Amino acid sequence: MMSETKTDIQRLRSRISSGEITARAVVESSVNAAEKLNESLNAFLEIDRNGAPKRAETIAAQGGALAGIPIAIKDNICVEGMQTSCGSRILGNYHPPYNATVIERLLSAGAVVIGKTNCDEFAMGSSNENSAFGPVRNPWDTTRVPGGSSGGSAAAVAAGIVPVALGSDTGGSVRLPASFCGVFGLKPTYGRNSRYGLVAFGSSLDQVGIFARTTADVALVLEIIAGRDEHDATTADVPVPNYLAELSGDIKGARIGLPQSLFGEGLGQEVRASVEAAVAVYRDLGAEIVDVELPNAQYSIAVYYIIATAEASSNLARFDGVRYGFRAEGAPRLREMYRKTREEGFGPEVKRRIMLGTYVLSAGYYEAYYGKAQQVRALIKDDFRKAFESCDAIITPTSPTPAFAIGEKVDNPLAMYLNDIYTVTANLAGIPGISVPCGLSSNRLPIGFQLLGAYWSEPTLFKLAHAYESERPFSERPMIYAE
Amino acid sequence: MPITEADVEKVAQLAHMEITPGELKIFAPQMADIVSYVEQLNEVATSNVPPALGGFTPEGEATDSSRDDIPAPSLGQKKALAEAPDAASGHFRVPKVL
Repeated sequence: MMSETKTDIQRLRSRISSGEITARAVVESSVNAAEKLNESLNAFLEIDRNGAPKRAETIAAQGGALAGIPIAIKDNICVEGMQTSCGSRILGNYHPPYNATVIERLLSAGAVVIGKTNCDEFAMGSSNENSAFGPVRNPWDTTRVPGGSSGGSAAAVAAGIVPVALGSDTGGSVRLPASFCGVFGLKPTYGRNSRYGLVAFGSSLDQVGIFARTTADVALVLEIIAGRDEHDATTADVPVPNYLAELSGDIKGARIGLPQSLFGEGLGQEVRASVEAAVAVYRDLGAEIVDVELPNAQYSIAVYYIIATAEASSNLARFDGVRYGFRAEGAPRLREMYRKTREEGFGPEVKRRIMLGTYVLSAGYYEAYYGKAQQVRALIKDDFRKAFESCDAIITPTSPTPAFAIGEKVDNPLAMYLNDIYTVTANLAGIPGISVPCGLSSNRLPIGFQLLGAYWSEPTLFKLAHAYESERPFSERPMIYAE
Repeated sequence: MPITEADVEKVAQLAHMEITPGELKIFAPQMADIVSYVEQLNEVATSNVPPALGGFTPEGEATDSSRDDIPAPSLGQKKALAEAPDAASGHFRVPKVL
């Protein structure tokens, strides 16, 4: 049977509601594709082969904007009845007793969760090679990484298994894999949606993000999951606009900021050319390109790896073999049990970050590292505030290079961290960002550009992304694709 | 000041993590590299800059997150213990403390 999930949500919805196809058949087709392609992609850690098609039947009858739409969820977001491993041995087969708020909202709209996607352990990584369950492979070239940390979700959308998937973005973990896999990826404004039920990594940075193959699908899903949640005190009391209604229309006069300083050293030639071509498209569409300065952006990786590791060392203290997950055998005393459980349960990158975080927070170092990083973070926030006085959005590459080879950077954590150079600033400042596919490299690997906006400017980002998408549709398909 | 193997052993202990001699040999130089990279922040003048506390937006800061103090059902003992590696008699059982 031909896969039914390669199209967008609106087309699928109209086919289901006209009776041309049943929701059950759509979800079954998605599950089949997930199972078949997982052999080459390793994108899913759990596929709900039996439950998902059944739920499709009951849920579709209830209606809703996503009735019968199959969706994949990163394995660090809690879905009742399924596992949440966070890509880690320490959680393993953990089954959460509740749904994340974003899941509750998707289910209320009729979505059907078909499975949990592979990711870097506790969302720590840029390549997906830090999963305890093996790396996800890029559907465009299975010898390459899909990007991280939400690589399984990105690969599942790129391969046509699901039209939409959720991930989490702490330093670029939605936008980077979106660009490596040739799909759209959004990190919303800090506080736009709830993290209740998202396993915490860096609490002042984490946001749930969305992958899809069109801007419209990203916008539709954000509208459903966004908004205040009393279970997450960081969600802001800001009305959720009708994102879809504001999608179309011309962008004449929109001011797009170009930070020349970020187009310098380390940026790959093909990525530069591709992003510059996108800038030219915007100019042709009537946008005004203005120069902006982000003088402190060069320090963002340094700030990020102090703040994110400090918060991680605190958040991950809860994994101690007492209340859930894995416990090491053969430790006669409590303290020894903690130490052995964490030694055997965590992988190398998580250990490295917990130790770095513990180091920067330890007595005598706190001010020099954490305090200093928070001050430079304030300067970065201020850079953006000033920049958005003269423009509506800022354009950058999403990543310095297209997807790299599996194994290429595993022995050099610092080189791996530098992949996030364009994305971490948005998490530090709390602003939204979207990665938009804008072409292929000479060896057929996707390239993406990123649009960053002021707080709550998702409508502007969608409008700009949609204008580009309409002008330059990205219709290329990867090597591994649902047939 | 470069991070030494002794520093790494100390932080592993603070973080309740056992660390093998093999890991120590790998982690110490990697962490030293990362710490020396982040020390580039010392070149930024920040003496009058108040630290940013989180990624909060002004609207987020203004949002009242308190709720009325009304009792509501919680997870319950059975669900809360269901995923514990060693639950016994309604408790989480752990190895000897002393």
